Order: sequence, then C-alpha cells, then structure tokens
Amino acid sequence: MNKKIKWILLTMVFTIATVLTGCEPLLVLDPKGPQAQTQADDIMLSIFLMAGIVIVILAILIFVLVKYRASNQSADYEPPHIEGSPIVEAICIGIPIIIVIFLSVISVDSNYKVETTPEGYEDQEPLIVYASSSNWKWHFSYPEENIETVNYLYIPAGRALEFKLYSYGPITSFWIPQLGGQKYAMSDMVTTLHLAADAPGEFMGRNANFSGAGFAENTFDVTAMTPTEFDEWVEEVHETAAPLTEEKFDELLEPGHLGRSTYTGTHLEFAPAPEHNHGTTESDSTNTEDVESEHEHHDSSSTNEESDHSNH
Amino acid sequence: MDFLERFAIPHPSFLIYGAMVSIALTMIALVIGITYFKKWGYLWREWITTVDHKRIGIMYLLVALLMLFRGGVDAVMMRYQLSMPDNTFLDSQHYNEVFSTHGVVMILFMAMPFITFFFNYLIPLQIGARDVAFPRLNALSFWFFFMGMALFNMSFIVGGSPDAGWTSYFPLANNEFSTSVGTNYYMIAIQLAGIGTLMTGINFITTILRMRAPGMKLMKMPMFTWSAFIANVIIVFAFPVLTVLLAMGTMDRLFGTNFFTTDNGGMDMLWANLFWVWGHPEVYILILPAFGLYSEIISTFARRNLYGYKSMVASMVVISVFSFMVWAHHFFTMGQGPLTNSIFSITTMAIAIPTGVKIFNWLFTLWKGKIVMTTPMLYSILFIPLFTLGGVTGVMLAMSAADYQYHNTMFLVAHFHNVIIPGVVYAMIAGLTFYWPKMFGFMLNEKIGKWTAWIISIGFVLAFIPMYITGLDGQARRMYTYSESTGFSILNMVAFIGAGVMAVGFVLLVYNIYYSIRYSPRNIGSDPWDARSLEWSTHTPVPEYNYAIIPQVESTQAFWDSKKNGHELFKGKIEKIHMPNNSGWPFIFSCIFFVFAFSMVFSMWPVAIVSLIGILGCMIYRSFEKDHGRYISVEEIEETEAKLRGDQK
Repeated sequence: MNKKIKWILLTMVFTIATVLTGCEPLLVLDPKGPQAQTQADDIMLSIFLMAGIVIVILAILIFVLVKYRASNQSADYEPPHIEGSPIVEAICIGIPIIIVIFLSVISVDSNYKVETTPEGYEDQEPLIVYASSSNWKWHFSYPEENIETVNYLYIPAGRALEFKLYSYGPITSFWIPQLGGQKYAMSDMVTTLHLAADAPGEFMGRNANFSGAGFAENTFDVTAMTPTEFDEWVEEVHETAAPLTEEKFDELLEPGHLGRSTYTGTHLEFAPAPEHNHGTTESDSTNTEDVESEHEHHDSSSTNEESDHSNH
Repeated sequence: MDFLERFAIPHPSFLIYGAMVSIALTMIALVIGITYFKKWGYLWREWITTVDHKRIGIMYLLVALLMLFRGGVDAVMMRYQLSMPDNTFLDSQHYNEVFSTHGVVMILFMAMPFITFFFNYLIPLQIGARDVAFPRLNALSFWFFFMGMALFNMSFIVGGSPDAGWTSYFPLANNEFSTSVGTNYYMIAIQLAGIGTLMTGINFITTILRMRAPGMKLMKMPMFTWSAFIANVIIVFAFPVLTVLLAMGTMDRLFGTNFFTTDNGGMDMLWANLFWVWGHPEVYILILPAFGLYSEIISTFARRNLYGYKSMVASMVVISVFSFMVWAHHFFTMGQGPLTNSIFSITTMAIAIPTGVKIFNWLFTLWKGKIVMTTPMLYSILFIPLFTLGGVTGVMLAMSAADYQYHNTMFLVAHFHNVIIPGVVYAMIAGLTFYWPKMFGFMLNEKIGKWTAWIISIGFVLAFIPMYITGLDGQARRMYTYSESTGFSILNMVAFIGAGVMAVGFVLLVYNIYYSIRYSPRNIGSDPWDARSLEWSTHTPVPEYNYAIIPQVESTQAFWDSKKNGHELFKGKIEKIHMPNNSGWPFIFSCIFFVFAFSMVFSMWPVAIVSLIGILGCMIYRSFEKDHGRYISVEEIEETEAKLRGDQK
C-alpha cells in the first residue's frame, strides 16, 4: 500500500512539473523584453539541470531502498562496517562543484546583463522614467517629456528604459514580470532598473514588496506602444492634462488607492528624488538642484554609486 | 478608562473575540483542574523549579507542540483566505497580522524550542553526562524563552499583533506605518526569547566541550551531538546580532532614535542587512540538528554505521562558516550592483556542495544496509527527495539575475517551506517518534505513525508545489487577496486543500499520542529500536542522574559495540553522585522580566522602573546565594538501579 501512495505522489510531482514547463505560459516564462528573456532562459536552464539532480537522487534512493530492504534479505545478513571511501566522496564533491561553477558563470554573466542597458538597444538614448511609490500608488515622472502619470505607465517599445526607483514610505519593489525582474524602491536612495519591451503590448506591473494594508492592490498597468504613438500620447497629454502643483502632489501622497491620472510637469521640480551618496551631505544640495544635469551625472556613474551604497 | 484603552485590540473581529473567549476558558479550566487535583505543589516542585535537563527538555517540547498548532491555525487561515479570489474571510490588516505571527511563531517559538528540546534531552545522554554544564542557567534559558513566547502570544488579545511581516523591515515597522503596539511586542518578546536561546548556546557548547564521557574524543561523538555543537556555535555568533538589532529597533520605536529612519542619518537598509546576518545563520541553526537526527535514525534503521562520518562533520563546519557569508541573497533586488550580487550568488550556491555531500552520505548509509521501515525511518526517507527538491530550488533562487523574478513571490515561499518542512519539521516528528520510548517508556503506534507521515507528505506536496507555479505566474507573497483575472485561484485552492490535509496529519499525530498513552504496551525495555549510540544504554525511564556509572567510550557507536563486540561500557563501582538543587529563582526572575517587558511594550514607565529594580534585586540575591548542590547516596542509587532493572524483566 505504501508503495502505491509513493507512486501517486511521484506521478503528481511529475504532472505538476510538466504543467510548469509546458502548457499555459506563466508570466515570468513568457518574456516580452530582453531582460525578462535573459531571466527566463536562466530559469529554464536551471529547472532542467535541477530536475536532473532530483531524478538522480530519487533513482539512487529507490534503488537502495528496493535492494537493501530487510525483507529482501536473509535473516542472518549482517551489514558491513564501512567508514567511507575517498574516491566516492571526491566524486560526490566534484560533480556538485562542476555544476556550481557552471551555474556561477551563467549567474555572473546574467547579473551584468540585467544591470546595464539591454543588448541590442544601445543605439538609442534610454527613456528615463522616475517611478516612485507612495502608500499605495505609483507615480511615474517623465522628466524629458515633462509629464507625470499615476498608476499607469506608457512606454515606447523597442527603446531601452531606465527606471529610477524610490519611495515615499515603506520599501516597495517595482516589478513588471514580463519585462524583467524587480528592484526595491526606498525612500533614502534611488535605485536603477534597466528594462525594455520588444513589441507593443499590455503588461501587469505591481509592487512586489509588502508595504502595509493596501499592498495587495498596489498595481499599475503598463502599455508598450510604437515610438510614434508614444510621442502622440505625450503631445496629447501636454494639450489636455492639468499641471501638477505641489498641493496636488501632496494630496496624491495621502495613503489610499487612486485610479489613473495624468499631469503635465513632474513632482521632481519641487520634490527631487533622493539621489545622493549616503553620508556625503555636501553633494546633496548640488545633486538635487538640477534634474537635467542630474541624469548625466548618474548615467556615467551609476555603477560606482551603487557599489558605494553597498559599502555602508 | 484612558489607561485601559491602550490594551484594546485596534482591529477586532469575531475570530479574535472567539480566540479571547476560548483562551480565557482554557485558562480557567486549567486553574480549576490543577486546584481540584491538588497539583500546584507537584507542578512547583517537579517542573517549575526543576533544573533537570530532561524535564526542561520536555517543557520545551510542550511549548513547541502548542505553538505548532497555533502557527498551523494561522497557516490554514491564510490558505483559506487565498483559496478563492476576492475572499472576504480576512481583511488586509488581519491577514497581515496572521502571516506576521505565523512566521515568528513557526521559526522562533515552534522550531527553536523543538530543537532545544532535543539539545536538552539528548546531549547529556549522548555524551554520557549527568546534566548540562550550568543546570540553573538552563532553567533560566527555558523560562526566558517561555516568557518571550507568552508575551508574543498575548499580542493578539492585548493591544494588537505585529503586522509588518516576520522580517519586520523598517520603515514599515516604524511608528508612522505600524501604529499599534504589535511591533513593540515583536521587538521585545523576541528579544526575551533570543536571550534565552543565547544562554542555551553558551550552556551546550560548554557541556559538549567539557563533559563528555571518558574516551569520547571530539571525533567519536554521535552525529547529533556534533550537529548540535555546531548549531550552538552558530547561535553564539548569530544571536548577539539579533539582540543588538532588536535593541536598536526598540529604541527607534520607543525612544525616537534614528537607526532605521529614512532621514536624520538613519538607514532602513541597515535593518534588512542585520536581520539577515542573524536570519540566515538561524535557518542553519534549525537544519543542522535536524540533519543530526536524520543521521542517527538512518544509521539505526539501515542497521549500519553512518557512512562518511568525517565528511559529515566537515560539511557541517563548512556550512556553518558559509552561513554567515550569504545574507545578502535575501535582497538581491536592493540595488547593490552586479559585483556584490555575483559574490553572494556564488557563496550561496556553494552551500549546496556540503549539503549535497550529506545527502550522498545518507544514501550510502542505506547502501549495503538492512533497511527496516519504521515511522522515524519513513520520515527520513521521505525527507531525502522532498528536501532535495527544496535544496535545488534554493540553488535556482541563488542565481541573482533570475532571483529578480523569484523575489517576493510565492516561488520563494514554496522554496523555504520546502526546505523547512521536510528538513526541520519531519526531523522533529521523526526524532520525537524515535526518542518517545526513551522519554516515556512506551512506543507511539507505528501504524498511525506511518499514516501520519504519508498524510503530511501528501498534504505538503499539494500545499506547496502549486506555489512554485503561481510564483512564476506573478503571484507576490503576502497579498491578502487577488482578482479572478489573475488565474491564481485553482492552484491556490489546491494549496488550501493541501493545507487541510496537512492539518489532518498533525491532528493524527496528537491522536497517536493519546492512543499510545492508552493502548501501547509498557514493557518494551530500554532499547526498543535496537539502536546504536550511548543514550540507549541507560535505563528507561532515565533516572535523574542519567548514568549510575559514567560510561567508557571508544567509538561513535559505543552502545552498539557493547551489544555486538563485547565492549564494556560501565566499569567500576557506583559512587555517590553530586547533583544540582532545584531552584525557584529562574522562574521568579523571568516573571519579573516578563512584567518589565510587558510594561515596555506599552511604555508604562513606572511599572518598568519598579520591575527593573526587581530584576536587579534578583541578580544581587543570586550573586550572594550559596548553593553547593546535593549528593545522592550509593544506597539510594543502588535501590533505584535495582528497581529499574526489575521493571524491565
């Protein structure tokens, strides 16, 4: 009877594993951008490799269980005393080391890929979007286009995107699964996330990091469109939307949920992003004065700045 | 009225009121019961004041089982809430409180006391000692832990539960975003329990290093003792970080300091870093003793010595060192840059190597063995494939670029439950079943035990495998609800069914205890499993002095040698035994500490100051107290021994 249950168990595991890899595309495994593609490739590769390891372990386990069960042996069989063999143990250490080295190479390579402008998108200047979260909303500021949206994000397809993330409150995490993995938005520093969308489409975006009572609904819609459509939209916003005043922005920061809204101008003008190196107060004032020059400074030194943070 | 208002629950619901009533009724029933059966004196003399490592161990066990069910109810509530889209069973605030307490209770008040129970009960027996090095400190450790547990569990009926997650990241956990006293409870209750654990660590390191039986060199210790030794070393290195961290968090919340604020020079990222500098070693504190128990059980029921003893020890030492070098993998997405992430990615994957060595060693222990499929062995066998699955998903998570997609999703939740449940919880149940006859003199029913193992395993697979899939489909963790369009509902329903099946399994575990108390045969001798290591060589029930004569040890499986190879364990004659006296001091001291902690939670300064004076008074009293213990006379020992031998015939 026990054997039967075990087989049912195994069949279930394998059915689920098949569903995982086949059938319906899961968001993360259905990438629509280069960064998400890199990550999905890593995930699929590691799933197959790891499935191999699980199967090997399971096979050895079933083999020894069947072969060396007491009921399959004579009553007077006395198991031998075996201390261990250096060769066998070297193999048991050696093979995992090879697997780990292989995965490490891939992991390091992917790290550098996802932390820079996506491959094949270097020819154009990336679109810079400041994405800031407040309880429980997302504010998207387009400094070059001089517009701001709440809870929805329009982006041009085929162009690199550079998100500057920060938070008005708890740590949140900016995540658009089909375009790429997430990154934290925090209130005392700005983090940078590089993404791009291959083609026009609509995607789900959300805050993935628990941030209190309204966390579950802390989502936003992402629409990728052709560059012409994007330019038309920017123009349309300039013609129709009201300017974002300081009072209006303070109102938007109040805790709660809001629908979509659109403004001309960005809050960066009166409430600059916390872009500074920790501990160097003198750079605070100079860095935050001018948003435009700020970008250049950051583009050239973003890697340095990030490693600075980690040293604290 | 104003004074009492602070104790009210900020977000009451029928569930909480129901819980309040049931807790009150249970308390009243307990008090009436104890008074009616005139057991207060017995309770005080035999349990509250005890310094006997076996009794302290059993008290840890009781707390662990109680908390297993408390955390389990939280778990089922969460799974039910998510089993349907837009479910209104719990609102978001209540859900947040439930998952926050579930995490804390399961890690700190279930898993920790469970392993501490095994430390307490087994280590002195396995190394042939009569008690731990500092018996009274051991009692103090327990009572500190107990008071921390009690304080934490009070939160949901007095003042409100913590609601910032078990990780309690700042700034979410500061006064602005976490307004109830819940997070104060978190900071102070865990502090209290953590100090208890730190004292346990010091105690057992000393015990293992100084009190081993003659001939038991370090490399001749049973594998559980080795694993416990390394876990306690990790405790002593990791828990001070937690102590400091919680002290800083408490000061931020109560006294307006700026350690983790986002302005005035504070840094919220510091909390996350320090939390995981403690938090990651913490998971190895839990898993290493579990590995030790599996080693004991697998070698016993494969009827073979443990394969690769030396590499087992070496791999644990390597794991303990690496456990302090991987903490940043809990927040690859914090923006440290690719270099930092690469380093932590590689160190994290490297831990898989020594862990793999252990898996292979268990498999080779089964090889050429004579495998007897008892309940503890069944758990150990189920552990191997299930834990491997959890381990390899850990390697997947370690690939930091891909982790940007796994982080904060149900994939992660599935992973850590997949290592903690088959890794730690199975080991705890297996170890409990294995050592039950040593503790209580009868076996747990094997048939019910095996059913329990299968039911829990099926429930486990149903509950957690779907989470891997919904995680990859974009279901973030800690969401109290989702809409139907997300398509998460079917798999979440499967997970709820799995949680229900697991709950049935755990109820069956308790039923098995009840059933076995009533129907199990009592004359089973002191070695019912035909086991190998030293703890089985003494009588059942174990006399308070453990061994009438300190055993002589020549190998890792001294008892097996005495059974098969004519090794003589007990040489010499019985002499009088020096034992520590019982003491009410640890309990009273901890009670005053509890009052202090409670008044800190609610910022009631006068009470805090008075209890602080009480604490100082207790410490001064202890410093001047003279207590040299007592001797058990040779006649008394011989009488006990004869009785125990007679009982077995």
